[in-house]
Amino acid sequence: MAKADLSAAWIFFFLTLPCVFHPERMLWLLFFLVSAIHAELCQPGAENAFKVRLSIRTALGDKAYAWDTNEEYLFKAMVAFSMRKVPNREATEISHVLLCNVTQRVSFWFVVTDPSKNHTLPAVEVQSAIRMNKNRINNAFFLNDQTLEFLKIPSTLAPPMDPSVPIWIIIFGVIFCIVIVAIALLILSGIWQRRRKNKEPSEVDDAEDKCENMITIENGIPSDPLDMKGGHINDAFMTEDERLTPL
Amino acid sequence: MEKARPLWANSLQFVFACISYAVGLGNVWRFPYLCQMYGGGSFLVPYIIMLIVEGMPLLYLELAVGQRMRQGSIGAWRTISPYLSGVGVASVVVSFFLSMYYNVINAWAFWYLFHSFQDPLPWSVCPLNGNHTGYDEECEKASSTQYFWYRKTLNISPSLQENGGVQWEPALCLLLAWLVVYLCILRGTESTGKIEQLANPKAWINAATQIFFSLGLGFGSLIAFASYNEPSNNCQKHAIIVSLINSFTSIFASIVTFSIYGFKATFNYENCLKKVSLLLTNTFDLEDGFLTASNLEQVKGYLASAYPSKYSEMFPQIKNCSLESELDTAVQGTGLAFIVYTEAIKNMEVSQLWSVLYFFMLLMLGIGSMLGNTAAILTPLTDSKIISSHLPKEAISGLVCLVNCAIGMVFTMEAGNYWFDIFNDYAATLSLLLIVLVETIAVCYVYGLRRFESDLKAMTGRAVSWYWKVMWAGVSPLLIVSLFVFYLSDYILMGTLKYQAWDASQGQLVTKDYPAYALAVIGLLVASSTMCIPLAALGTFVQRRLKRGDADPVA
Repeated sequence: MAKADLSAAWIFFFLTLPCVFHPERMLWLLFFLVSAIHAELCQPGAENAFKVRLSIRTALGDKAYAWDTNEEYLFKAMVAFSMRKVPNREATEISHVLLCNVTQRVSFWFVVTDPSKNHTLPAVEVQSAIRMNKNRINNAFFLNDQTLEFLKIPSTLAPPMDPSVPIWIIIFGVIFCIVIVAIALLILSGIWQRRRKNKEPSEVDDAEDKCENMITIENGIPSDPLDMKGGHINDAFMTEDERLTPL
Repeated sequence: MEKARPLWANSLQFVFACISYAVGLGNVWRFPYLCQMYGGGSFLVPYIIMLIVEGMPLLYLELAVGQRMRQGSIGAWRTISPYLSGVGVASVVVSFFLSMYYNVINAWAFWYLFHSFQDPLPWSVCPLNGNHTGYDEECEKASSTQYFWYRKTLNISPSLQENGGVQWEPALCLLLAWLVVYLCILRGTESTGKIEQLANPKAWINAATQIFFSLGLGFGSLIAFASYNEPSNNCQKHAIIVSLINSFTSIFASIVTFSIYGFKATFNYENCLKKVSLLLTNTFDLEDGFLTASNLEQVKGYLASAYPSKYSEMFPQIKNCSLESELDTAVQGTGLAFIVYTEAIKNMEVSQLWSVLYFFMLLMLGIGSMLGNTAAILTPLTDSKIISSHLPKEAISGLVCLVNCAIGMVFTMEAGNYWFDIFNDYAATLSLLLIVLVETIAVCYVYGLRRFESDLKAMTGRAVSWYWKVMWAGVSPLLIVSLFVFYLSDYILMGTLKYQAWDASQGQLVTKDYPAYALAVIGLLVASSTMCIPLAALGTFVQRRLKRGDADPVA
């Protein structure tokens, strides 16, 4: 603001100097006035000015476009578009956006002035406007947040996708259930095997008892005490008889 | 009538069980580190010499003892001499400590495996900060892989003293890891076998140590495995096979690890160059894309002379990018497995596939070794008549897993990783050296080398070569004694022990001293296993004295 006042003082001084009234000189003076004020408003480090940095070659490689005045015009249009979305600033025109100090980086400074072209809009308004429309501005230039930087305007980073149920718990649950089922199966089969082993010996015992009722062993020769032959035939005696050679 | 001891279905199963036990995480994350520290390929010389002189003889000894005595470690040593049952008890205690903390690694592997099914991988991007204007501060200062390990996986506290609470996510993973181990050991041994700088003295010492621990000697696992062998099994051949395969796996793992190192170093170097170029381009408003790797130094010189004040202002921010310094970063242990490897994986194509494969491999290695450890604990327990008569095999396994899991929850607390490091560094190292030394001396001099040799000949039908006898009786015990003396003097000379703590504000590790109670725990760890040997000997001596005292009046 102070600089604008200073240049206004200079202009006033100029006008009060005695000079021949000449229309061209007046026009030159007017042009000088306008550009002086513009130059004062847009300066590196000026109040409400922002530095922009583009890395076109990094982003696009061979398909990189050259940065010329047409691209600058597009940039001014995008900034004006962003400002028009702010309530009370719907009358922002492209001519209200001033660019200066364009380097070969490509980087430059810009300010947004009000319709009177005497004051710059407050930085907070410009900041919020740019932040809201950063995505549109990026897309207009085929760039992203890393290659189109507004210093002092931090961009809202896209948070990583966060599903409601974390994926790892799902996989954990699946494997957990499989392992529990396998353990249960193994334990149960172990119990069944043991039960079967316990049953078998008792079955074998019953059969042996039955056999013992049938056969008793006397002197190494099996004979049946319950034989109903009435005791006429002694099995033991008979066998001994057969051992003698027949006559 | 004695119940028949379960046997391996065939000798191949036994070999696979031994290999799966011996080939573990140490092959992947310790051996490549040692190779890098001690001269790369030339480390192989002391390594192979130590393998032949120390590793194979001791492995053969343990397998032979197990096969001859046909019992777990406690029973086997009691048979050799009743005064030496303490050796078996010490082995079981050390195995118990090991299984407590080792399964935590499997829990971490499960955690990473489950998180590998996302795009992008969660450790490849930093999370955003509170108001979404930038990345989280801790993540910016460190790297995204370090942040994921220290903050998301461990949620580590700044020091050992600040315990924090049990984190439910790693606790769940630990529970799952123990369930998987229980599933495998549930039925007993039948199921475990299924389809497992030359002049620098430090290089030699580390080679000896690596062989020693890599083969898993002294834990009683090998005795346990061999006790399920047929007496006629040719354990000499198997000892050689297992140790050779273990070493080949280590060497193979080093080749892979070194290529990963190279990939990561190149990637980081190029990244560093890009960062420096960007910084210079932005500060001096040079044309975008003007600075390349080739003209960087030239331009830097020009800028230094053309804009001296501006250049000196921003000079502190310029990092000197060097490929050599990137390659020199040697990491071992959990840092290698979970930070360096994940960093390399995140930069590969189809990173989800590589990540899943890698953590699956880690899990296989870890669980294979865990089965060996739990076998070392379970075999003596199931051999003991008192316990096995009251409880079935499944219940004993379940009880062991439950106790270990409950104690293992300590390692899922915020300070858990520091306790993990304590156990990793001190629970097994000194005690194992002592245990194996006593084992060798016991077999050679207490049981008698000739008696043992004739036993083996009767059992397997093959004579024991003079090489093994010389190694068992002389060379290996001498080596172990020198290792033991070296480590003991090293610990004493170092003074107070220190540990690495993660500082969230700086985004890097800082060295701190252990508090008094941590030192007490370390002392307890070492003492509880080593003291078993003299205490058991004393106990047996007192018992015999008392019996003789009872017998005298009668006679």
